[in-house]
Amino acid sequence: MVSEKDVAHIAGLADIGIEKEELAEFTGRFNEILDYFDILDQVEPGSRGETDLVNVFRDDVVEASLPEDEVLANTREKEDGFFRAPRVM
Amino acid sequence: MPTLTFSPKDRYNAFITTLNEAGTGPGKLSGIGIAVKDNISTSGIPTTCASRILEGYIPPFDAHVVTLLKKAGAGIVGKTNMDEFGMGTTTENSAFGPTKNPADPSRVPGGSSGGSAAAIAAGMVRMALGTDTGGSIRCPAAFCGIVGHKPTYGRVSRYGLIAYANSLEQIGPMARTVSDISLLMEILTAYDPRDSTSINCPYAHTPDPDVHGLKIGVPEEYFGEGVDPRVASVVWEGISLLERKGAEIITCRMPSMAYALAAYYVTCTSEASSNLARFDGVRYGHPADTKLQWHESFQDRRRNGFGTEVKRRIMLGTFALSSGYYGKYYAKAQAARQQVRTDFLRLFRSVDVIAGPTMPTVAFRLGEKTDPLPMYLSDILTVPANLAGIPAISVPCGTSEGLPVGLQIMGPHFRDERVIDVAYAYELGVAR
Repeated sequence: MVSEKDVAHIAGLADIGIEKEELAEFTGRFNEILDYFDILDQVEPGSRGETDLVNVFRDDVVEASLPEDEVLANTREKEDGFFRAPRVM
Repeated sequence: MPTLTFSPKDRYNAFITTLNEAGTGPGKLSGIGIAVKDNISTSGIPTTCASRILEGYIPPFDAHVVTLLKKAGAGIVGKTNMDEFGMGTTTENSAFGPTKNPADPSRVPGGSSGGSAAAIAAGMVRMALGTDTGGSIRCPAAFCGIVGHKPTYGRVSRYGLIAYANSLEQIGPMARTVSDISLLMEILTAYDPRDSTSINCPYAHTPDPDVHGLKIGVPEEYFGEGVDPRVASVVWEGISLLERKGAEIITCRMPSMAYALAAYYVTCTSEASSNLARFDGVRYGHPADTKLQWHESFQDRRRNGFGTEVKRRIMLGTFALSSGYYGKYYAKAQAARQQVRTDFLRLFRSVDVIAGPTMPTVAFRLGEKTDPLPMYLSDILTVPANLAGIPAISVPCGTSEGLPVGLQIMGPHFRDERVIDVAYAYELGVAR
């Protein structure tokens, strides 16, 4: 069982910003779904994952990229060819 | 270059964006107007994923599949409605309102590619692209009475698809006929080095309806608990038709079905929690307030930008991956996923394809399903193909209560041709 406090903590970790009034509803649904997930406890451990995976690399050569104005076209917050973001500190 | 004009009466809310004019060219799809699901990037055309968080976003590039469609002469006539970021089974989770099912406008079209399915079923377009993470092409195809194919994982490039759950999702064709699905597969399967999971395995095939000697596996679980007996009986009739055409029916078991749905939801929400972290309002979409501190600004954007189901899935995934729970949820889900894969590989040693219903019921009424868990459970018959990465098609196979029912045919990896052949045999068998 997760509590409303747990759900508020998870929402904080995910930066999802849910309202206080929504907490009870989210918590109730969360617990129904997690109860259902408990069926995974019956899965026998030791089942191996993919074993035939290979890494996909390309040669380290410069390729064409989007021009600066197109990259910045979708934001209002820009300055001197950079994105302007909220302050971190 | 000839120009298509497109100004449909969109009575079913199938489209988020329509283009009055679309350029076309020579090629296999010359002059054909095609609708594209709104989570596939289209240069110069707004692409929203049916989310407020991407309102106003105009991609500066085309997805690989869109480039291929244009090269083949098709015109992109619009962007179709969907569940926000592909998260849903009804197309009700859209910031642009629900799409209605042309077969019965009081019903949902299925989801999440509900707009693409409705646009075809209503006769607005001949073909469309959808995406399928856990059934999002096959479910709406079944509910609206059209054909939809989820290709083998890796066969169609995901470059330019706005990611929800990378290890599960594929772009695929939706159309009224199996021949059109086959035609689109020829175009869509061109290799793309920009998607590291793209595999060079072109589809160059003409559907062959001969099913003599074909072994069709029918898992008991596909006709078990939760499957409406009326739907089951319509699908059995469909499978019997293939038997009369010379196929052999072999009943079988898929024990991993017990865990498949939980494994799917743990995996897709975990991947979503990571993928959707990019929506911070800095580079695109609803702008961030740069005067606020980072987390405040980020939470503010996401509170207003994401719908309830998207928030729920991001939180479920964050939880499943969090310290102390990873072993209980994510690691177990991957073990279960491997069992699903192993079950399919075992079955495909003795059968050529596996058949069953696409969905356990007919289309729900609009607003009928509001609780998330019962909604998730309706994906039980489609998620196994995504977990294993195998090809799966849904072809219309009659009606129950007057509503369309889909027959699902699944095949071994990279045998998309085979499942398309069997669907074609069924389609021709019904027509005769």
